Amino acid sequence: MTFEIPKTQYSGQIREITLGTGNKAITVGGETGYPFYLFEGEMPRLPQIAMEVYDAPPDEWAPAALEPFLGVTNDPVAWAQKCINDYGAEMICLQLLSTDPNGLDRSADEAAQVVKRVADAISVPLIVWGTANHEKDTEVLRQVAEVCQGKNLIIGPVEEGDHKKIGASAIAYGHTVIASTPIDINLAKQLNILLGNLGVPDEKIIVDPTVSGIGYGIEYCYSVMERMRMAGLTQQDDKLQFPIICNIAKEVWKTKEVHIPTEEDPALGDAKKRGILMEAMSATVVLLAGGDVVIMRHPEAIRLVREMMAELTASQSN
Amino acid sequence: MPLTGIQIFKLLPKTNCGECGVPTCLAFAMSLAAGKAELAACPYISEEAKAQLSEAAAPPIVTVTIGTGDRALKVGGETVMFRHEKRFENPPGFAIIVSDTMDEAEVNGRLERFKLQYERVGLTLRPELVAVKGDSGDAGRFETLVNRVKQNSDAGLILMSDNPDILAGGLKACADRRPLIYAATKDNLESVAELAKSSSCPVAVKASNLEELAQLTTKLTEAGIKEIIIDSGARTIRQAFEDQIVIRSAALNKKFRPLGFPTIVFPAAVTDDPMKEAVIASMFVAKYAGIIVLSDFQGESLFPLLVERMNIYTDPQRPLATTEGIYEIGGTNENSPVLLTTNFSLTYFIVSGEIESSRVPSHLLVMDTEGLSVMTAWAAGKFVADAIAPFVKKSGIGDKTKHHKLIIPGYIAAESGGLEEELPGWEILVGPREGAHIPAYLKAWQP
Repeated sequence: MTFEIPKTQYSGQIREITLGTGNKAITVGGETGYPFYLFEGEMPRLPQIAMEVYDAPPDEWAPAALEPFLGVTNDPVAWAQKCINDYGAEMICLQLLSTDPNGLDRSADEAAQVVKRVADAISVPLIVWGTANHEKDTEVLRQVAEVCQGKNLIIGPVEEGDHKKIGASAIAYGHTVIASTPIDINLAKQLNILLGNLGVPDEKIIVDPTVSGIGYGIEYCYSVMERMRMAGLTQQDDKLQFPIICNIAKEVWKTKEVHIPTEEDPALGDAKKRGILMEAMSATVVLLAGGDVVIMRHPEAIRLVREMMAELTASQSN
Repeated sequence: MPLTGIQIFKLLPKTNCGECGVPTCLAFAMSLAAGKAELAACPYISEEAKAQLSEAAAPPIVTVTIGTGDRALKVGGETVMFRHEKRFENPPGFAIIVSDTMDEAEVNGRLERFKLQYERVGLTLRPELVAVKGDSGDAGRFETLVNRVKQNSDAGLILMSDNPDILAGGLKACADRRPLIYAATKDNLESVAELAKSSSCPVAVKASNLEELAQLTTKLTEAGIKEIIIDSGARTIRQAFEDQIVIRSAALNKKFRPLGFPTIVFPAAVTDDPMKEAVIASMFVAKYAGIIVLSDFQGESLFPLLVERMNIYTDPQRPLATTEGIYEIGGTNENSPVLLTTNFSLTYFIVSGEIESSRVPSHLLVMDTEGLSVMTAWAAGKFVADAIAPFVKKSGIGDKTKHHKLIIPGYIAAESGGLEEELPGWEILVGPREGAHIPAYLKAWQP
């Protein structure tokens, strides 16, 4: 009996885009097949993991999430450096939580200064993530774009409601935009078209499909991402051939299940390991669906996911 | 490839007798093609046509049942590569290993951990299988352990050995529970096939590559065995992942029957690190495993795996919903806030999670909107004042609150006027639009 491996007919390729500048710049994308389907397509490089840094000390984090960053949580620069030096981060995501109008509501000026300090202190690519409040993000991200001119930051979330102003700033100051839509392939495509019409070059767009962790709707983003890859790779839909970014850590670590202490519900096992696994597994699931950049928090979860990717792409001995 | 309605029609008697329940043979053919009718409903079909049709109608991936009664596990029967194309049918079973070389305390500990289970959206999430390994080489010892597992739990069983005599010992103890026999290999195929046949139990085949696997399953099929589970023998992550995809694709896209069976995988075969093993298992949940055998169960890994499995196997066309009613979060009393939301499980999880993290004890009123989220239910007219008011009245929440203030989601602010009218005595408050803003809202809330 002869057995021939059935293969998917691919007709497209995910765009390659470069994040950051200089010798630490990172290129993502370029796949010509489904994620890790190396027997029928190319995955020229591994997906990237960006480590989270917050612009204000986090309150109410699970102890397991806080522990690796003790001592640096009130200083985003030190925090970012710790991620790079101690945990080998190849990319940083600065979450501008403090600008939330429903929270600390820090001004755009202040936020831009923090971003600039971090950007100046590190040479790896820097993602800057706002609060998804259109007015505030417009104000903050435009200022961020200006003070960090030419650094090719990755800024977002850019949504339909604020894409014009933030998009224009990104074009003017040479940054990459995160095109963000709520778990819907058609809306994602539409926003990519709008950004294109605005003049954002194709190699300056990365797509955020809106992700969630295990137990909180991961199946929705999983399927939307699979559909995007299917459209981009097998149906020549060039508006869905952008790399995908997944801001997953903050979704996982805000859930009830990572906050329950071991002794409160022994059936849920060790609280620290549980949190790490919920993050590592959620990241694995979105990577299998097509994530090119995954934003993660816990160094141990990152180690697990890195090992997983390395083994999924290890050279074959037979 | 399955036959089309027209292809099926050509094989039917074309008499339009109507005895099958539909007026014409063409209509019957269409129903058959859509899987909505059984061929047996046609009394006049020729034997030859029947053979052709049942061959074509056979599912591309066989469904295998392990165990009996309530805890019986059904795996296989999958019809798509991607869940959005239809849905994934039968969630993979999780197995814990016990071995006849483990001491009693270890075995007991494992059988205890097998009982871990979790409630979520009204469902009980739990593992299904215990894999009993005959490592000692002693059939009697193996039989004793199988007996013990059988007495101790209602688990489905996997009997693991490559020695047919050992397997026979295990089968003697539990054939009535329909265990999975693991495994037939190229060296023991005839005798293990005989065991499977005489006991009518499903059997797993283990090979060293896909080609050999296809040859072995072909032999078993020729011997009349139908319920087969397959192990490609891959023991690296990359090869195991590839094999899962190739097997599914060969069965579905090429209708290659020798690989049209559910698979079994062993994440522990590639690592000693339980954390890593759990992450590998999470990959197999998404990518096509039929049975996932874990070296052990621990709550911190079993819980997320079970939830992930539920998520991935949720029917994309039928959102998970939670039960309608009043959910008391924290130590509520008659002065606690009352919040309203819909019964889409995700909405419920997010809202209840945010209330919990606010640490403000609250009554959460969950209304049955057929599993639709707040905005979708509102747009569909199912979450509007006319529907909400009667629900609030009959829910009994009125007796549990002194202040009679109802917090509605910010997205249905437009309903507040209508609700004030239809719920006399209630004050309607418009809450935040986003779940993330609930804690701040609740902390500032005063009765």
